[in-house]
Amino acid sequence: MEQTNRTGTWRTYQENIADDHYYYVRSCIRQTFFPGSEAALLNILRNELGKDVMDDPRHTSCSGIGYHSDIVPLPTIMTVVARQFALMTETGYRNFLVSCVTSFGIYNEILHLWEHHPETLEKTRDFLWKATKREFTIPENVVHTSDIVHKFRKEIFSRSKYSLVHQSDKMPLRIAEHVGCHYAKIFPDKGVGGAEFPRVLTDMIECWGGEVVDYPERRHCCGFGFRQYIIRENRGYPLANTRKKMESLAPYQPDMIVANCPGCSMFMDKWQYTIGEMEGRTFGPEGRGIPVLTYEELAGLVLGYDPWDLGLQMHQVDAEPLLMKMGYDYSPSRKYLSAEGKYLGKPMVPDYCCL
Amino acid sequence: MVKHGKKRFRGTVPLTVLTDGDRIKDVAVVGAGVTGMSAALTLAESGYSADVFEKEEDPGGHVGAWHSLFPGGESARDLMAGFRQELVSRGIRIRTGTEVTAVDRSNGYYTLQTTGGEPEKFRSVLVSTGYRLFDASRKEEYGFGVYPYVITSAELEKRLEQGDRALLVGGMEPGKVAFVHCVGSRDSKAGNLYCSRVCCITGVKQAIAVKELYPDCEVLNFYMDLRMYGVGYEELYQKAQEHHGIQFIRGRVSEAAPTRSGAIQVKAEDTLLGVPLKTEVDWLVLLVGMEPADGTARITGSLDIDRDSSGFLRGKQSMVKPWAAESRGIFIAGACCGPATVPESVTQGRAAAVSVVQYLSGKA
Repeated sequence: MEQTNRTGTWRTYQENIADDHYYYVRSCIRQTFFPGSEAALLNILRNELGKDVMDDPRHTSCSGIGYHSDIVPLPTIMTVVARQFALMTETGYRNFLVSCVTSFGIYNEILHLWEHHPETLEKTRDFLWKATKREFTIPENVVHTSDIVHKFRKEIFSRSKYSLVHQSDKMPLRIAEHVGCHYAKIFPDKGVGGAEFPRVLTDMIECWGGEVVDYPERRHCCGFGFRQYIIRENRGYPLANTRKKMESLAPYQPDMIVANCPGCSMFMDKWQYTIGEMEGRTFGPEGRGIPVLTYEELAGLVLGYDPWDLGLQMHQVDAEPLLMKMGYDYSPSRKYLSAEGKYLGKPMVPDYCCL
Repeated sequence: MVKHGKKRFRGTVPLTVLTDGDRIKDVAVVGAGVTGMSAALTLAESGYSADVFEKEEDPGGHVGAWHSLFPGGESARDLMAGFRQELVSRGIRIRTGTEVTAVDRSNGYYTLQTTGGEPEKFRSVLVSTGYRLFDASRKEEYGFGVYPYVITSAELEKRLEQGDRALLVGGMEPGKVAFVHCVGSRDSKAGNLYCSRVCCITGVKQAIAVKELYPDCEVLNFYMDLRMYGVGYEELYQKAQEHHGIQFIRGRVSEAAPTRSGAIQVKAEDTLLGVPLKTEVDWLVLLVGMEPADGTARITGSLDIDRDSSGFLRGKQSMVKPWAAESRGIFIAGACCGPATVPESVTQGRAAAVSVVQYLSGKA
């Protein structure tokens, strides 16, 4: 379908993203499910781009999962957030770099709350002081890590060893993107491209040679929403959301999916297996599923990193078909080896899968 | 040039005193939509010749670009032809392509700066600058300006001039068309809390027009409330449902997205049934509301004219003399004072003109 004037629609949302000197806060779940993502990002920022990033082991969860599950009350999460800012302040940084989309929403929400209800800020300062004897300043800049990769996408591509192109016919890889709900749906002006037509992943894909697939449920939630996911009885609802998205994008035959949210990446990857177990059906050609990558992993592939150092062996859906399309030079036999070279064992292949 | 079959006005008859900057003329009418033209006619009928300024190349405002008028379906072209004939017969000149850029008060008269040349002085000014249509691209979720089959009610009105070619898709008649009400109206996110008043009945009228062009087409209207306050409106709404089978679904559309076939996927909630709804349509028509025209604030900025919280002009005595501004000699009428129908705009224009006459004759 012909589309016009998209750039004009998005242009007003471009945000001012700090150039350097970031205080980095990690995601709670990303390191478990996509363990190479955050390491890849730090490597790209520090070693490829020469940026200064503070990776502080003292910081904690933002407690957003508990907050959105109605377990953690508002004054508590505000104090937790204040402590993160206090650590940033103590280390001399002013730019707050957030790995998790949920956390990004939390930080923006609380900053918004403090701005409009200054009494809550004062109360939080008091809570933090009583609990930790710490003080904090408000960050000058709060950005999501996908914003940073977006900002430096051209610099990354200038160092690239691969592009998002089929090596067989030199056609762009077709890539479906999914942007986490809390990235810009709460505060559209806090995301590159806004809530309805976000550019943050689209620009990366296009810059690195790929083609974005626009599918009808592109803006639909992956289903992760904490309360319904954490309560087992409600778990069918988030699964139904992921299934809806997969059914919507599969007819476009994308070569892969890329997401900017830890939960979304996990759901869209792992629940392809769940849907397979429940319904005996798989998405993607040859029944192998559609690979789901984080944007850091995608950047790492473009830069030529070893896919097993990026942690792609931890994905539910195999990334090998994608690597083949890209003409990637890698060692398939290293997939199930530990960092020390020890064979860890190979998972079973489901019988409904056509591998 | 012929537009909608009418002759274009170019202000070809020059005023006799245009270059005489010292002469103080009686009245300037700013804006030549139906309000301004009605006011100019009333002034002429009372023996006063107004200078009518119109920034566009054609008079008539938004109505001039409309196909038919609710609720009776009168031709907007015929309405404009009637106005033109009366204006010509009264010898009224409209200075088209001339924008008033500022109005300043000094020594009991008003000086108008225009794009037409030297400043001109007037004893009174009637502001009838109308409105601007809500920019539907601000409601990003509907994809206006992104997907070509998402159009506004104003664009549909132009397309209706093409008869049964209006909404063809690849040479085929449309199978399903949906209207979205309240686009940019009663919407705090868009910054407009007010009701634009005319969109509900416009949606009904346009839905019937689509159904009459394409009887097999399914036509949906997504609404919050339907405000059928005018004479004949409710009857038209009933006719739309009972005679034409047009569906009215109470629920706001949450998003529009393209499908592989080129259709528009619409997601909404049917709040009466309490269920989410998803459907594919060939065209999505956004019933855009009214906002204060850009030029209104510019020319009234230095004058003592109240504005409401939405930016529409407000008279000194809004109950009994809504057309009289705080400044003596300044009058306001039409959609620059708030969303208004054609008959309401005509009435306001004529009422304001009567007050101008009384003011100029020293009776008010």
